[in-house]
Amino acid sequence: MNDIWTMIWKETKDSIFQGGWSALIRPLLLIGIMGIVLPWRLGHEWLDLDPLVMVVVLYIPFIVIISFIGDVIAGERERHTLETLLASRISDQAILLGKIIVTTAYAWGTALVGLLLGLIVANLSKGQGSWQFYTQIDLLLEALALSLLVSLLGVSGGVLISLHSATVRQAQQLLIVATIVLVGGGVLTLKALPAQTLSSLSASQFWLIVMAVLAILDAILLGISLVSFRRARLILS
Amino acid sequence: MPEPIIRTEHLSRFFGTVKAVDDLSLEVPAGIVFGFLGPNGAGKTTTIHLLLGLLEPTKGQARVLGFDTRTQAEAIRARSGALLEFAGLYERMSAQDNLDLYGRIYRMPASARRARIKELLTHLELWDRRRDPVGTWSRGMKQKLAVARALFHHPPLVFLDEPTAGFDPVAAAALREDLARMVAREGVTVFLNTHNLTEAEKLCAQVGVIRQGKLVTVGTPDALRARTGGPQAEIVGRGFTEPMLATLRERPEVAHAELHNSHLLLELRGESEMGPLVSLLVHAGAEVEEVRKGKASLEDVFLTLMEEEHS
Repeated sequence: MNDIWTMIWKETKDSIFQGGWSALIRPLLLIGIMGIVLPWRLGHEWLDLDPLVMVVVLYIPFIVIISFIGDVIAGERERHTLETLLASRISDQAILLGKIIVTTAYAWGTALVGLLLGLIVANLSKGQGSWQFYTQIDLLLEALALSLLVSLLGVSGGVLISLHSATVRQAQQLLIVATIVLVGGGVLTLKALPAQTLSSLSASQFWLIVMAVLAILDAILLGISLVSFRRARLILS
Repeated sequence: MPEPIIRTEHLSRFFGTVKAVDDLSLEVPAGIVFGFLGPNGAGKTTTIHLLLGLLEPTKGQARVLGFDTRTQAEAIRARSGALLEFAGLYERMSAQDNLDLYGRIYRMPASARRARIKELLTHLELWDRRRDPVGTWSRGMKQKLAVARALFHHPPLVFLDEPTAGFDPVAAAALREDLARMVAREGVTVFLNTHNLTEAEKLCAQVGVIRQGKLVTVGTPDALRARTGGPQAEIVGRGFTEPMLATLRERPEVAHAELHNSHLLLELRGESEMGPLVSLLVHAGAEVEEVRKGKASLEDVFLTLMEEEHS
């Protein structure tokens, strides 16, 4: 556990707080769109967590991850810092888990900040003087869980891609392609389902099913990442 | 007899048909700087990877600090420091954060880490720049910091892979001096990969020469010089002839003689006097302008060994 904390400390210092303002522009921009522009325009619909809002909440972590995850392993390899780290006593698992935890927390944190900011802005845009929380607590909880699962999916998939990429640019390009394939696959699956099946589900039930699918995918990708992240293999690549 | 800090027996690592390290049997005693000499691609880096347990050997075995590299690699890495081919510093982080990270990795308490950071950075004259991102530093400063990082947790053994490669002669000499001071001060055993012969000559108590994955020879620089050739002499002048060379070659103190333009190169047996040889040449009609005596440099030894292997 100590080693994982060390890696979390390192990732936070190296990747998040030492990248300067340029590294923060993209998440700030996303938080601005998600937490200010959309809630201001949608008002009540934002607080009702309409399907559009849910899609935005799920999409934001993915965009954060795309800009970030390539750097996590391919970047370390490109800058030759990974080899030195591998020559130290720290375990493979601690290195990988430290990276996964920090990146997931960063992506999920962006979605959480967006939801919190959105709550304030949507209330301000209504202008009725009375404060209103998100109307459907079950949907809010699902949004929180879903954005965490999506973050974890993006990170574990991103780690796998980053592991097999020679450069950061290559990792980012592959991750964009993987995202398109994943989203496209999801849309096609939904279209292939009988209309009756979908209409018989409540919004909450639908998102619960999505959560279950994501959790399975997360577990599979995380497992493959842990198996793939091996010193002897990394030192040769 | 104390246990060697590194012992390899028929250690080999093949990548497909390429024999990166081939049947390497070596012993490195504790407390010395051991130079591992070889041209680029000779297998030096692969050897370090094998000794750190980062790669599995194809054949043979190695024990480092008494631990088996195959089954106890973690224990080896916990007790050694490494500066590999690249400095491997986090350039967006400050110098003190870079060192602090490795102190945390090696589980040093916070107070010990703080004290060690101050001690090493002060010693290397980097303390004033400790808060700057390392990316803003010069290459020489970065490499000094990387050396400090390798020594940070007081390891008994340090691996250095070509620490001065790509440096200009002045920067290389400065880094070499820092390295020598640090190593002497810390009292560590150093396994130094290098193709820089001056570096090996200045720093190493023992050297091993590797070529195409095979260990060619091992010993102290003096022993290697003696094995490859004794004292040498160079006579500069005019009028040297083949009969003179033949006469010289017959002398018991001359092991080898050859002529390059106006330079007569002699390899001597033992510490021979030059007077009789010079007078022989003068009596035979040669004009001698200058006589220089010296030992074969490690570079001569290295080149001879490479040539012998090649032929």
